[in-house]
Amino acid sequence: MSTKKLTIQELARIREKTKAMTVLRDGAGRAKVTVHMGTCGIAAGARGIMDALLQEIESRAVQDVIVTTSGCAGLCNREPMVTVEIKDRPPVKYAQLTPEKMRRILAEHVLEGRVVAEYALAVGSETMY
Amino acid sequence: MKHHRTHLLVCAGTGCVSCGAFTLKEALEKEVAGRGLQDEVLVVATGCNGFCERGPIVVVHPEGIFYQRLTPEDVPFLVEEHLVKGRPVQKFMYVPPAEAKPVPKMTDIDFFKHQRLIVLRNRGRIDPEKIEEYIAYDGYEAMAKALTEMTPEGIIAEISASGLRGRGGAGFPTGRKWALCRREKAEPKYIICNGDEGDPGAFMDRSVLEADPHAVVEGMVIGARAIGAEKGFLYIRDEYPLAVQRMGVALGQARELGLLGKDILGTGFDFDLEIVRGAGAFVSGEETALIASIEGQRAYPRQRPPYPAEHGLWGRPTVINNVETWANVPSIISRGAAWFAGLGTGTSKGTKVFSLVGKINNTGLVEVPMGIRLREIVYGIGGGIPGGREFKAIQIGGPSGGCVPRDLLDLPVDYESLTKAGAMMGSGGMIVMDEDTCMVDIALYFLRFTEEESCGKCAPCRLGTRQMAGILARIAGGQGTDDDLRKLEELALTVKQGALCGLGQTAPNPVLSTLRYFRDEYEAHIRERRCPAKVCKNLITYDIEPDKCVGCLLCLKACPVNAITGERKQVHVIDQAACIKCGACMNICPPKVGAVSKHSGEGGRS
Ligand SMILES: Cc1cc2nc3c(=O)[nH]c(=O)nc-3n(C[C@H](O)[C@H](O)[C@H](O)COP(=O)(O)O)c2cc1C
Repeated sequence: MSTKKLTIQELARIREKTKAMTVLRDGAGRAKVTVHMGTCGIAAGARGIMDALLQEIESRAVQDVIVTTSGCAGLCNREPMVTVEIKDRPPVKYAQLTPEKMRRILAEHVLEGRVVAEYALAVGSETMY
Repeated sequence: MKHHRTHLLVCAGTGCVSCGAFTLKEALEKEVAGRGLQDEVLVVATGCNGFCERGPIVVVHPEGIFYQRLTPEDVPFLVEEHLVKGRPVQKFMYVPPAEAKPVPKMTDIDFFKHQRLIVLRNRGRIDPEKIEEYIAYDGYEAMAKALTEMTPEGIIAEISASGLRGRGGAGFPTGRKWALCRREKAEPKYIICNGDEGDPGAFMDRSVLEADPHAVVEGMVIGARAIGAEKGFLYIRDEYPLAVQRMGVALGQARELGLLGKDILGTGFDFDLEIVRGAGAFVSGEETALIASIEGQRAYPRQRPPYPAEHGLWGRPTVINNVETWANVPSIISRGAAWFAGLGTGTSKGTKVFSLVGKINNTGLVEVPMGIRLREIVYGIGGGIPGGREFKAIQIGGPSGGCVPRDLLDLPVDYESLTKAGAMMGSGGMIVMDEDTCMVDIALYFLRFTEEESCGKCAPCRLGTRQMAGILARIAGGQGTDDDLRKLEELALTVKQGALCGLGQTAPNPVLSTLRYFRDEYEAHIRERRCPAKVCKNLITYDIEPDKCVGCLLCLKACPVNAITGERKQVHVIDQAACIKCGACMNICPPKVGAVSKHSGEGGRS
């Protein structure tokens, strides 16, 4: 058994470090990124978009962003696509993405709130069911 | 730390485990890994969600989608659709009774929507075997506050002001109990968590121990600080292996991080806990018997006073509280007494966990604010009675409790109202009964239980429960007399007054409450030799109606004692002398034929 005794400050640090977990389980993220993963999306490279997104979130230690998948958005020729939703603002769809574009969207739109207009397709989103 | 985009929370309470949660979890992990998603998707085993009726359960976050009754065969499709393509799978979702559309989100399901979680706040959302997950949800923050910012008197004042009362049965004010013990001069002092939970059909405490063991540990450290104890015991029923195991893991992790043991959080306060496994009898949950059991003696209760607060374990001042009582403590300390006292009624504060079982659509564990109406629990959360049957009564408080009839469905659930109605809060068992339940049979069931569990130390309980069970058996058997009712009432009052401990003092409650609200049923058994609910075997007959029987041989083959005679395409007949009233013929007769009927009372047909 290790003898790593916590102090009160360390207790708070553990809580901070695990915040991404509680944000996710409470569905309470500040922002949500949906990667469209229908057959078309996957064929067009959605997997690589997802990987790039998760890697970037990990390396920047982002705590308050939720990542989900959804089916085909109905515009199969414009895949891979993602939808970015910042709390209390209309969702924005991005089309024909590459991992590079995804990283920029995360940095500028998701983290700083500036829509990357040149990649954006439309504002709005279909409902989930 | 890896960033997982999705968490699959697999319910691993005892209920779900018994219907395959661990195999399901393995299947999910295998499928996730097989698709290379192991760095994206985390599979977590959590404590009981409470909706045991629907297990095994998996909740998918961040969406909060609730999947139920999953099998390992469902896993590939679920992973493909939901996790790869992001399409929640309707066919695995919960569909409310009498509705056609599934409810995808856990938070929208009626069973969960009306609950208010304090004690069960971490159920189904953390892995109980990972202390970091408990800490993530503000775990051990209350303890840190109590140890660094509060005096022992301040802690007791806060608990007193919250209005918290014991959740193990009697409802004694927790703050007052602690204050009494703190005042005592003798040293050392002890604290105990009562996790014996011997009531038939109750599983609240098991769920808390399994789903959130650290909440109990944290509550106990705070309690220990308040009364000045350095050592505590968790007395856990031996039939709860998963609870014992998870608590063992929790204690190990807490010690490793210095949250238990010497110099907790560097504050100079020492406290440690030990698990004691229960002795396996209902009476060992009674506090003085439990204390004797920890001391290594047979679990016999003793006369009180002196109460354990003055003269407890090894004769030392001891605070003993129920699992649920302890689990309330951290929230009260971190959120304040006023917050807690703001929930509930004048004399009953906070919430109460109930195990809701019997003839109800949504069986499971529910946590509701004190003062909620019974109707809301039965119909709002429980989803009403299955099979279109009528609600008849609800048995509250376990074997020490009583039956509350339909007229009292609007009764608020608080300590005083329940006691006034002849039931009691008890530890929180709720058994719903429909019109097919015989109240004499129910009273007999509970009296047989208390007769069996009576430790035999005092005569009123040892002899009284036996005599009462005997009389009830006679009435159920159709041999009762009017005088039996008088005797039953007299015995009930004698046992209530004369018994040494709570077991005997409350054992007559099921008899008294059914006599109070359902006396006509007793009278029907005695005077008409009729069981109105058609349950008591000596008073019922099964008949095959000649004009309906099609002679299909099904019942004839199903009868375990060959009491049915007949030929193909000829009317079958039951030999009443051979019939054991098992009902197999009635169950197997096709509904569109419906030739078998059940009768009770003189002259057969009713
Ligand atoms: C026969 C009998 C069985 C009991 N079983 C339990 C039990 O299983 N769990 C429990 O917490 N209290 C049980 N009690 C109540 C305890 O004696 C005691 O009142 C309780 O542990 C005090 O804790 P509380 O103030 O937090 O409710 C039982 C009492 C009797 C008479």
